[in-house]
Amino acid sequence: MAVTDMPTGDEKPKVKLLNDPKFRSIVFQVILIIFLVWVVWSMIDNASTNLKNAGIASGFGFLSTSSGFGLNFSPFLEYSSSSSFLQVYWVGLQNTLVLAVIGIFFATIIGFVMGVARLSNNWVISKIAYWYVEIMRNTPLLLQIFIWYKGVLATLPLAKDSIDLGALGFLNTKGLFAPKFVTADGAGLIGWALLIGLVITFVIKSWAKKRQMATGERFPVFWTGLGLIIGLPLLTYFIMGQPISTEYPTAGNFGPRGGMRVIPEFIALILALSLYTAAFIAEIVRAGILAVNRGQTEASYALGLRPGQTLRLNIIPQALRVIIPPLTSQYLNLTKNSSLAVAIAYPDLTAVFAGTALNQTGQAVEIVGMTMLTYLALSLITSLFMNWYNAKNSLVER
Amino acid sequence: MKKTIVSALGVVALSVSALSASAATLDDVKAKGFVQCGVSQGLPGFSNPDSAGNWTGIDVDLCRGVAAAVFGDATKVKYTPLSAKERFTALQSGEIDVLSRNTTWTATRDTTLGLNFAGVNYYDGQGFMVRKDLGVKSALELSGASVCTNTGTTTELNVADYFTTNKLEYEIVAFEKADEVVAAYDAGRCDVYTTDQSGLYAQRLKLTNPADHVVLPEIISKEPLGPVVRQGDDQWFNLVKWTHFAMVNAEELGITSENAEAMKSSDNPAIKRVLGTEGEFGAALGVGNDWAFNIISQVGNYAESFNRNVGPDTPLAISRGTNDLWSKGGLQYAPPIR
Repeated sequence: MAVTDMPTGDEKPKVKLLNDPKFRSIVFQVILIIFLVWVVWSMIDNASTNLKNAGIASGFGFLSTSSGFGLNFSPFLEYSSSSSFLQVYWVGLQNTLVLAVIGIFFATIIGFVMGVARLSNNWVISKIAYWYVEIMRNTPLLLQIFIWYKGVLATLPLAKDSIDLGALGFLNTKGLFAPKFVTADGAGLIGWALLIGLVITFVIKSWAKKRQMATGERFPVFWTGLGLIIGLPLLTYFIMGQPISTEYPTAGNFGPRGGMRVIPEFIALILALSLYTAAFIAEIVRAGILAVNRGQTEASYALGLRPGQTLRLNIIPQALRVIIPPLTSQYLNLTKNSSLAVAIAYPDLTAVFAGTALNQTGQAVEIVGMTMLTYLALSLITSLFMNWYNAKNSLVER
Repeated sequence: MKKTIVSALGVVALSVSALSASAATLDDVKAKGFVQCGVSQGLPGFSNPDSAGNWTGIDVDLCRGVAAAVFGDATKVKYTPLSAKERFTALQSGEIDVLSRNTTWTATRDTTLGLNFAGVNYYDGQGFMVRKDLGVKSALELSGASVCTNTGTTTELNVADYFTTNKLEYEIVAFEKADEVVAAYDAGRCDVYTTDQSGLYAQRLKLTNPADHVVLPEIISKEPLGPVVRQGDDQWFNLVKWTHFAMVNAEELGITSENAEAMKSSDNPAIKRVLGTEGEFGAALGVGNDWAFNIISQVGNYAESFNRNVGPDTPLAISRGTNDLWSKGGLQYAPPIR
């Protein structure tokens, strides 16, 4: 080792301020920030000046004016053509969320089933899962949406010759006309009964776990819970004199009327989005399971656990740690892919707000900005939730 | 490193300055040698490619007229097919020079989009088409029906107004492309197809069995269709406006594509002014003095364009009606060229 002249003690090396690395780095960062602020500001200023010069209206005043057009799907929110453009935004967001939540629900179930099926020892089952994954994953999503919408649903019979599904209602090119539940007085109590059932089950579960830890005795939590959650509301239903009835769709001039209507665009999108995303989830699940050491399975078998129990109690909990991070991206993908709804006239956020509302008002900058921020927020919320879930499932070191 | 910063600055500077360009459309058009015309994605009679791939229609004729006025050659046009949703952005951004795409003139579009409507080349009104076997005779019997239409159109707004005013229930299914609307109606997704009545006759030709469908008698709105240009470029605005007026004036004065050459020696001073043998009207528009002669001899007068594209002898079989000359009970009226 060569001996060098090192400054001793706390004495600071004497350098010019200009050559001080700390000072220089601060200066450069400040310059960068000023530059970025200037770029953003000049872009905003330019856009507004140019819009003004071109005689194009700008600002957010349009949000409170009435939209003047109708929408055919709004399961929860009130909407009519006299509603404001802000309401159009909420309805669009609602429709996107409904699509995303239901799509994610089915994609997860199908994905897990297919992922496990691919690893099955049964040759037929594993090959079916293999081909499912390969076909769904390797064709464009937009094409799949068109196949479901134009190839399958559009070939259903016309409204006047609907397929009668009996208790399920009617099916035709205009969608599914299912029976609707109509509530009378006392129906609210059933909801409360359900809630009480859930709370009691939860309490019993934690009590049973404690007791098992202490004494080793097991308690049939599953069956007790099932009895409480289903039995209690059912009992209330009969005590209150059956306050929930079903309203069946009836024949009208233009096909069935009344009941609950599910538009074909929605059915096509749910099918396409969940089946497509499920193929990716299946691969993630398969990878997750394979990532768990083979020794874990052997150890489980050695302890006398059956294959089902091994999967449920040993493999899946460990595999989840590998599965959750990529699963999050699939959920985000599904949410963003739901904007393809615009191709088949489903009124989601992109179609009605960034589409129809933009066209009727011409305020592209404001509307596209709002829409982008909304998708960004949706994705960030999904990420936050999945990160929390991931942290909850990750390995706890004692 | 320094180079990167400098080039980044350059990009920013460019984006800052490039935004407020393109004021004189006529100069740009002359420089590039053709007119970029925004048309529909295929609406027979208005703007539709024929079997040889050439665009034809009453809206296409207007663009050809503008090219004839500028270059003396009606073929110097390039077409951009646009959906209803894309059309205004394409014009605002300068992607096209003129939008001639069966577009309804409304107050909102005229005042808030930074655009100007340069006249009305077709007076239309919104109508409904249904399947004959539904047995519907009037639009007032349509309560509970599903209605297919184009998104981003006045049609979508009118239908909401009409059904609300008449207290009829309905379901609106709005597609982005006209072809998708027709396909959905044909497949039975909707009971009713609504658009401008001329469009109904045109799109009916695309259905599997056109004879199974009937257009209802009600007209529920005013739809003045016309060419659109960017606001703030009066020279180009004038040129497009007077291209249409020249065609109407020519019909009124009896000048056709066949007799235009012979008419040049007419004694009628009004005809002489149109054909450029008297006065300097072309120069004032920034084009040659034979501008109107070129339009008429290459594209034809308004009657020729109408009859060739949508008139009684075409598959659309639309009568002149409101689109007849003012002197024959219609609404087509052009200010005089003098």
